[in-house]
Amino acid sequence: MIKVIFFAALREQLGCGGTEVSANSASTVAEVKVALGQKNNEWQNYLANNALLCAVNHQMVNEEYSVKAGDEVAFFPPVTGG
Amino acid sequence: MDMNTTINNGINENAEISIQTADFDHGFEVNLLENENVEDGAVVTFSGRVRNNNLGLKVKGLFLEHYPEMTEKLLADIIQTAKQRWNIGRVKVIHRIGQLAIGEQIVFVGVTSKHRQDAFAANEFIMDFLKVKAPFWKKELTELGETWLEAKTSDKEKAQAWSK
Repeated sequence: MIKVIFFAALREQLGCGGTEVSANSASTVAEVKVALGQKNNEWQNYLANNALLCAVNHQMVNEEYSVKAGDEVAFFPPVTGG
Repeated sequence: MDMNTTINNGINENAEISIQTADFDHGFEVNLLENENVEDGAVVTFSGRVRNNNLGLKVKGLFLEHYPEMTEKLLADIIQTAKQRWNIGRVKVIHRIGQLAIGEQIVFVGVTSKHRQDAFAANEFIMDFLKVKAPFWKKELTELGETWLEAKTSDKEKAQAWSK
């Protein structure tokens, strides 16, 4: 399985801090998003937000980045600390 | 949950990062930067606090969330880049998380160097990249309710300006 976690506004929009996606159903970050949308139709709009950022195993990556079983994929809005 | 981590892996020797719910003492942090450090003549500190206003609204408080496993690593990378670019001595970065009231301290960046230019520039660089890279998110409580803050284009441009 691929572990998926959400932060901040996205976490609240999805009503969920995280979930899992089968590694058989997604081999890239973009495919993880599709798999999440299939899990829950209401999530599709929020995940389609182009401003969303993604990190795999704590490294910032783009949508084409490859994912595998055991990875931690995080989706979150642009950061606003400081 | 408080986490205090001292990073002592070669290039980030003399750099300390702390992500914490507790407040910090500005004077104490300056003392730590200066203590037994007579090579450096310059100490530059920045601290950020919770304003009572934003975008024309009265702010009542802030909530700060972060991505624990990622935050310190990203801050360490930013400090490492600053150390490669300027001749700096000690670095301390503190960022608070959780619920913060008006006037409370949010963030501290302290940098020492032999001469002032390096400490001034490195401090600003670290703060500029913390703003756009470190995975923290602010939720603001205003008179109209709670809102997650949007990232500012001006912050992005400020960080990008360092690569020009």
